[in-house]
Amino acid sequence: MTAPDPMAEIRASFFIECEELLEAMQDGLQQLDDGADDPETINVVFRAVHSIKGGAGAFGLEQMVRFAHRFETVLDGVRAGTLAVSADLMKLFFKAGDHLSDIVRASRDDEEFPDGESEAIVAELDQYISSDADDAAEEEIDFQPMGLSLDLDLGLPDIEPSGPPTWCITFTPDAEMYESGNEVFPILRALAELGDAEVRCDTSKVPVLSELAPESAYLSWTIDLQTTVDEAEIRSVFEFVDGLCTVSVERAEEPAAEFEPMPDFDLPAPEPMEDLPPPPAPEPEATAKPEPDAAPKRGAGSSSANAAKAVVRVDLDRIERLVNLVGELVINQAMLAQSLESAGLSPHSDAMNGLEEFQRLTRDIQDSVMMIRAQPVKPLFQRMSRIVRESSAAVGKEVRLETDGETTEVDKTVIERLADPLTHMIRNAVDHGLESTEDRTAAGKSTEGIVKLSAAHRSGRVVIEVSDDGGGINRPKVHQIAIDKGLVPADTALTDSEIDNLLFLPGFSTASTVSDLSGRGVGMDVVKTAIQSLGGRITITSEPGVGTTFSISLPLTLAVLDGMVVNVAGETLVVPLNVVSETLTIHEDTTDEIEPGAQVVRVRGGFVHLFDLGGALGYRSGPGDLAGSVALLIAQEDGNRVALIVDEIQDQRQVVIKGLDDTFCRSPGIAAATILGDGQIALIVDPSDIIANASKHGAASSSSMRMEA
Amino acid sequence: MTEVANNSNSVELLTFKLSDQEYSLDIMCVREIRGWTQATPLPHSPAYMKGVINLRGAVLPVMDLAQRLGLPVTEHTDRNVIIVVKHEETLAGLLVDAVSDIIALSDDDMQPPPEAGEGMQQGVIKSLTLIEDRMIRTLDLSHLVTTLQSDAA
Amino acid sequence: MTLEVLAVDDSRTMRNMIRLALEPEGFTVHTADDGVHGTEVLDGIAPDVIITDINMPRMDGFGFIDTVRAQDKHRTTPILVLTTESGNELKQRARKSGATGWIVKPFDPAKLIKALRMVAG
Repeated sequence: MTAPDPMAEIRASFFIECEELLEAMQDGLQQLDDGADDPETINVVFRAVHSIKGGAGAFGLEQMVRFAHRFETVLDGVRAGTLAVSADLMKLFFKAGDHLSDIVRASRDDEEFPDGESEAIVAELDQYISSDADDAAEEEIDFQPMGLSLDLDLGLPDIEPSGPPTWCITFTPDAEMYESGNEVFPILRALAELGDAEVRCDTSKVPVLSELAPESAYLSWTIDLQTTVDEAEIRSVFEFVDGLCTVSVERAEEPAAEFEPMPDFDLPAPEPMEDLPPPPAPEPEATAKPEPDAAPKRGAGSSSANAAKAVVRVDLDRIERLVNLVGELVINQAMLAQSLESAGLSPHSDAMNGLEEFQRLTRDIQDSVMMIRAQPVKPLFQRMSRIVRESSAAVGKEVRLETDGETTEVDKTVIERLADPLTHMIRNAVDHGLESTEDRTAAGKSTEGIVKLSAAHRSGRVVIEVSDDGGGINRPKVHQIAIDKGLVPADTALTDSEIDNLLFLPGFSTASTVSDLSGRGVGMDVVKTAIQSLGGRITITSEPGVGTTFSISLPLTLAVLDGMVVNVAGETLVVPLNVVSETLTIHEDTTDEIEPGAQVVRVRGGFVHLFDLGGALGYRSGPGDLAGSVALLIAQEDGNRVALIVDEIQDQRQVVIKGLDDTFCRSPGIAAATILGDGQIALIVDPSDIIANASKHGAASSSSMRMEA
Repeated sequence: MTEVANNSNSVELLTFKLSDQEYSLDIMCVREIRGWTQATPLPHSPAYMKGVINLRGAVLPVMDLAQRLGLPVTEHTDRNVIIVVKHEETLAGLLVDAVSDIIALSDDDMQPPPEAGEGMQQGVIKSLTLIEDRMIRTLDLSHLVTTLQSDAA
Repeated sequence: MTLEVLAVDDSRTMRNMIRLALEPEGFTVHTADDGVHGTEVLDGIAPDVIITDINMPRMDGFGFIDTVRAQDKHRTTPILVLTTESGNELKQRARKSGATGWIVKPFDPAKLIKALRMVAG
């Protein structure tokens, strides 16, 4: 395995750090917007942008540096107190922050980024920079580390040296030079490294011991240096001690009479950065005595969290591997348990008790491992914050996003797959859920609409809610549209909740005009499918005039599933528990044949379609004798229920999901697979898919080929 | 007898038997060779898909290669062998009768197949080689592995 | 000759780059992520040089230098400040704060090493 390129690793680490810094910046901006007025908040924002700029410079990311510099300059104005925070300025800051995020991401992915957008924002930022600031500073930001480039025109006559010229250097340190931590020896050594040097020390000023003040400087040195380097480089050796000593550098061949040794030669500024606004003065946060526990009001920046929490970066691959290994550990233990049982060990024996304890510990490990990939939803919520800003601007409404439960932790993969559905729901809320400003005023509501986003852990699942305080679902209109589109028969009466759920049907859209925002044809059905593919559920509640709430319930991680293990036609299958609402025993007198081949079963006064799972999967042609058989009542998201006949229910347990590779073979009705205790594979079924297919082909048909067992 | 030059033009092949015929695959895509295990059938899949087996914790789809190529299917016994292959990111198992050996061939040894392969073999055979009276058909794995969308029959 | 360095900077990327520049050259590098942390780490080591950033949370570079210089044993320990600005103003302020020298970010590893050798013998 080749050693990883350290620069590439640091670059990757830099972009991760950028994400953290951007998050801290967002937090700070949000607090400023909410009216926080303590100096630390603006400091947090400033430092975040400043750090991004610093790192970007190291990697030559010019666009990022340039933009960050402009942004930072205005932020510094606020920090220094010369610029006041106004609503307009905050809007600009948010825009600049969003733009910086875009540049960071484009740089990370090596994508082209149009300069045009930056220019527009920079122009706005520039308006806040006072006129003494250097507008030309941009071009003068030099990515090369600075050396001294002195332009000393002393009118020296040109002399053609025959050999390398000899320079005569005198060097007399002041007491302050030592106090600053500088030493003589490294300076002499550096001079000696430039060529041939002869060093003489002048001790004539050293007083007698009794008068010697140990911290004063009495020594001075003369160095004859024969070198090919130019004067600038010789002087650069004294860079740090400039002003703390007396230095003269002159060519030895020069007629000494013309020149005086130059005292206190003030080295001119090394590069043309003079005109930049004075380097930002940091607010000293501590006095000379460190107060480790004095945490002044801090922005909730993760930069301070960094110091408090030890964090390790781990490759996702390693976590995958760990998750898989732990999963196999669980499977192996189940196999062991089975073997021990069949070996005739009593369930109360020491061995079995020990094994039970062992299994309990492993489940704990499994839980912990699953949570390694868990991350707070905050970055996701911050993205939504931006979506609200953009979408409200696009439709001309004033909208505020309130969030709750940002620290709730969710599996990383779940978070990633939530981004699109949430974005869509938020856009919908802004575009359709909230009324126009006029309508709101007419209804006596505040002009500012509120979208609320919350996350919480509830009974082993994650519940995420998106709600708005808009007009609620216009039920008559929704019902009519559904009828018009042929989604429901014209004369059926529907309950409020049934009407609300019509929104989830494919092809449904209430937008009479296509707004820029929600686009055409991407309906709530896409959102629902996405949520379900995560193993989740989505429900909707709404009150006219008050608002609408979407509630999403998700499993904590993707890798395990609560399932019902069943036997069907000699095969073991797993049905996801989240769709099973109850189990039924079928009796002759509760079933009816409504038409040939289609059975229904009576359930509490209603009738529910009955499907044979074995038949639907093609394992057999029919369920045989129905009496006494068991069925699972499946609740589908469209509110419909069906019953699936199985031969036997084994038990309910958590299973580790193993994906099936779709490219090779796609089996309709099968979602994934798991490995049972005995090493056998059990397929995990997708009831909705099965039912959809079965309806196409007839419930009890043996449409597929018989599988060889 | 063709000389096999040991240069970049030569390729190593795993040869195996299917229904009395000989086939081969580029050894680079072969991951391992396993004995036959009972497979869990996949509903509504083509007849040549035997199902899935547990390969050390991974779920491996297994294809009856003879059936896939339209050859007469022989009884499956313990002596059948599953060749585990990897194509791009996909792992799959090919059920064959028996594995023969590993040979090295150069590009020159491999002749293009006749114009239109017959029926189920179409596109699947990459080249033909004659070695001492043995006709070895080299398979195109990418063609076998992809495009297996099964419509419920 | 191994020099021991303490580098204080709140940017992980900067700390990584300093390590990458110095460790292959035989330097021993300790790091801290702000002034307060730097003071804690400093307690347990005896560095030949200290490098510190200026803009940091909790305690910034200047505060840190004050703290360090207030300790007898570190009155003349060489301290370099890491800065993205340069120009006379900063030089004067760095000087006033008790810093020994400075390095401008982004830094050239060779120049960093040269600067370290200039102040740390």
